Amino acid sequence: MLIKLTGGRVYDPAHQIDGKVMDIYIRNGRIVEAPRADEKISQEYDLRGKVVMAGAIDMHTHIGGGKVNIARMMLPEDHRADPVAHTEFCRPGCGHAVPSTLTTGYRYAEMGYTAGFEPAMMPVNARQTHLEMGDTPIIDKGGYAMLGSDDYFLRMLTAKQDQNAINDYVAWTMHASQAIGIKVVNPGGISAFKFNQRALDLDELNSHYQVSPRDVLKALSRAVHELGVPHPLHVHANNLGVPGNMETTLKTMGASEGFPMHLTHIQFHSYGTEGDRKFSSGAAAIAESINKHKHISADVGQILFGQTVTASGDNMRQFANAAHGSPKKSVIMDIECDGGCGVVPFKYKDQNFVNALQWAIGLEIFLLVDDPWRVFLTTDHPNGAPFTSYPHLIKLLMDKSFRNDMFTKLNLDAQAMSTLTSIDREYSLYEIAIMTRAGAAKLVGLHDRGHLGVGAGADITVYTDQPDREAMFAKPDYVFKDGELVVRNGQVIKVTWGSTHTVKPEFDRGIEKDLKKYFDKYHTMNMENFKIRDDEIAEDGRGKVIVQACEGRREKSE
Amino acid sequence: MKENEMQHPGKSQTEISTTPANDNVRNHVTCPACGLLCDDTAIEQAETSALKVIQKGCAKRVRFFEQALIESSPRIAGKPTSLEAAVNKAAKILADSNLPLFAGLGTEVQGMRAVMQLAASAGATLDHMNSDSSLRNTLVVQNAGWIVTTLTEVRNRVDLLVVIGTDIVSYNPRFFERQIWNTESMFGQNTSNREVVYLGGRGLDTSHGISPDGIKPTVLECDVAQLPAVTAALHALVAGKELSAKSIAGIPTEALEKLATRLHQAKYSVVTWVSSALDYSHAELTVQSITETIIKLNEKTRCSGLPLGGSEGDYSANQTSTWISGYPVRNSYQQGYPEYDPYHFDTKRLLQSGEADSLLWINSFNAERTPPVTALPTIVLGHAASQFDREPDVFIPVGTPGIDHIGTMFRIDSSVTLPLAKLRTSATPTLSEVITAIEQAMKLDGLDVD
Repeated sequence: MLIKLTGGRVYDPAHQIDGKVMDIYIRNGRIVEAPRADEKISQEYDLRGKVVMAGAIDMHTHIGGGKVNIARMMLPEDHRADPVAHTEFCRPGCGHAVPSTLTTGYRYAEMGYTAGFEPAMMPVNARQTHLEMGDTPIIDKGGYAMLGSDDYFLRMLTAKQDQNAINDYVAWTMHASQAIGIKVVNPGGISAFKFNQRALDLDELNSHYQVSPRDVLKALSRAVHELGVPHPLHVHANNLGVPGNMETTLKTMGASEGFPMHLTHIQFHSYGTEGDRKFSSGAAAIAESINKHKHISADVGQILFGQTVTASGDNMRQFANAAHGSPKKSVIMDIECDGGCGVVPFKYKDQNFVNALQWAIGLEIFLLVDDPWRVFLTTDHPNGAPFTSYPHLIKLLMDKSFRNDMFTKLNLDAQAMSTLTSIDREYSLYEIAIMTRAGAAKLVGLHDRGHLGVGAGADITVYTDQPDREAMFAKPDYVFKDGELVVRNGQVIKVTWGSTHTVKPEFDRGIEKDLKKYFDKYHTMNMENFKIRDDEIAEDGRGKVIVQACEGRREKSE
Repeated sequence: MKENEMQHPGKSQTEISTTPANDNVRNHVTCPACGLLCDDTAIEQAETSALKVIQKGCAKRVRFFEQALIESSPRIAGKPTSLEAAVNKAAKILADSNLPLFAGLGTEVQGMRAVMQLAASAGATLDHMNSDSSLRNTLVVQNAGWIVTTLTEVRNRVDLLVVIGTDIVSYNPRFFERQIWNTESMFGQNTSNREVVYLGGRGLDTSHGISPDGIKPTVLECDVAQLPAVTAALHALVAGKELSAKSIAGIPTEALEKLATRLHQAKYSVVTWVSSALDYSHAELTVQSITETIIKLNEKTRCSGLPLGGSEGDYSANQTSTWISGYPVRNSYQQGYPEYDPYHFDTKRLLQSGEADSLLWINSFNAERTPPVTALPTIVLGHAASQFDREPDVFIPVGTPGIDHIGTMFRIDSSVTLPLAKLRTSATPTLSEVITAIEQAMKLDGLDVD
């Protein structure tokens, strides 16, 4: 079966293609070379005048695992407002802040997204995360395993074990939890909260292990790099949401001593203490520092106004934020001496000074970071807003007059504290394609996704070019997943099951001897049951595990 | 598309192999007999297909794994029949029904996935046999939230354990052995110094709360039905209020004051309850009284809740239902989209009011948990040894997860899921297979109501 997409205007930044009119051919789910003249085209789509990009990739979205399901369970009122009936092709579910898994997959696909990555997969909870992702149709998925507050790792740091041993443990964890990246949340802080510490700055010590967040970041960023894992250490920094936390964030950028790091939902970490209310934008300094530090990338975690829910591994900060929740209820958990979680519903209001300024800070960061290959479009779904608001966010970035109109509706004190309207930048389609496709694929390490070159998986989204970018990105004309047409005119017409992307870096299996003793002594589950087998993900023939290449172990540490 | 086409071979990959099992002994088998899901079980598979528990455990575990393999045939109105005929009859009953009720739901994750798919296409309402008790917790999460912890945290951190209204061991026999009196802990605690307080209940077996050094637990007895007053008093005392009453439900106020002080002084106290033991109306308010006390304590120190109990796949059914539909049970697809209503979708109410017009009951773990007697057309997909007061219209025996087929199960603390093993060969189909066959039969015969 040979499919031809004819005459679309193609944006493929991985190959520096910026709006060139060209044909694309698909065979067996892959993009292929133009066929010989005598080969029969089975199906042709006339895309003249249309905009063609690779399928979009959400590199940070909370779509599965314990805290997400707690958020679903605790918010029946949110689901009642958005019931989703079954259609000819889709099963029923519900939407809004934390949609059911089925609805999550359908709605991502209907926006032209073909992959999403769960960024806070606790290794001990990874089986549940994969079960939920396994019930998320159409899109590909993957998870970043959370380390950095787990007892085994902190013990290693206390004992000043050598970097190779740490690398082995990190690699073992990635295999066992079927991860594609490593995430650290409030480095050392989730553990510190269990010892009743209520805050932890970059150079403060966890009272039990006598280890600082800086130590954690250094060891983990180096491990990820030396193992050849493509995705840099994914960092949710200390002091989330705290006025003045921009200082922590700026120092954090230097903490890895040059090893690559990705700072996630950086908007929540870019606050100053200026002004009458001691809350101000740190966006300019943060963006300047990102521009300067080439080993740093970030996603924004934009907030948008309305009801949502925050779900995070950062139980220390979520406990502190619970009082601001709306509706006022929260779940805070310590989990298995491995991690934790906190779920707090939030309603962001444009007339609230802090919320309005958060909105402006996020956009300032988007617009002040020069390199679209190092800044990514996220709302930290659902923490800043549900992922379904991405088309609106894209319009804010691409349309200055729309952005400025929205700005005039904000709390007046917040307007006075923001320089947003002085920024003229408007993102181009090419830059949006970098942020949401080529850059995201490169960052996560999806070698065959996010681009339209020969050999790539045929995940392709086709839009009608419209001046209203929100309308354009909300409803693609066509979405192809692995070469199959799954969405037409913004509606799912075929349900497929995506794959789960992982990496499996090389490591010394000798570490299992010590781990087994450790599990038997302290844990309540057997080490063998901690590991997730490939066939648990591929069950029912619905999913499969794709192992993306590591670059091989980089220089061995002395 | 072939799988290997999708993969980058990558030069740096290695595989983790699983430990090879001895010839006829399976190690680290997960035991689904209670919510703790202990996975230190070793099972010997004899040639007769009988299973023998050969490693430490409890009576529940032995009873579960050593149950006899019974191969019974599907039945229609009590008469043995083929699987196909039984499946077709079940499909017909569901297709003829306006409001089918899927209840019992004694299954694990993969079984529940199949149930959810059939429920959506049949427009069914869902309720679990343990909903009365699990809702006492769910409603608190939905109303106020809570601060809770998990089994490994308890095992390594707890310094004061408060047990409310239960002995725990009737539900989770090995809780004290594995979580409280473990000899080694991560942070060098002398675990025999852990303090245990039983609050509420009468005549409980509190012997498991005696420390290895012989230190007896504090026991503050009252009728379980008095716990609303007692937990409210403890909440008030923890919040620094003074009570003028000299005693609450027979417990001296002084003793409760002392408990409040100990909770404030503890570094990592854990307060636990078993919701099915709080068997009185609106017991969710008692649970909330406990959880609000815990939240108050966390202003200064650390304290966490730990709901215990759990069995018959209740947590697995709830979690799976929540991610697939957006709601835990009790929920319904009657309108074509999911709805949630703990009151209206109650099995007892739906059967008594006559709103439901057919019942599909699932009890794959336990032969004794048979459906309530009803005159409605009834389908049972159940344990092969199930015996009925009223023979259902259709009975299809299904395999027991964790013995007859693999599966996945949620532990009581909901953060850990464990794989269930297949330990013997059985001709009995799995619940998923039967459900899928029923769904197919409904589609093939054009019986699908959609």
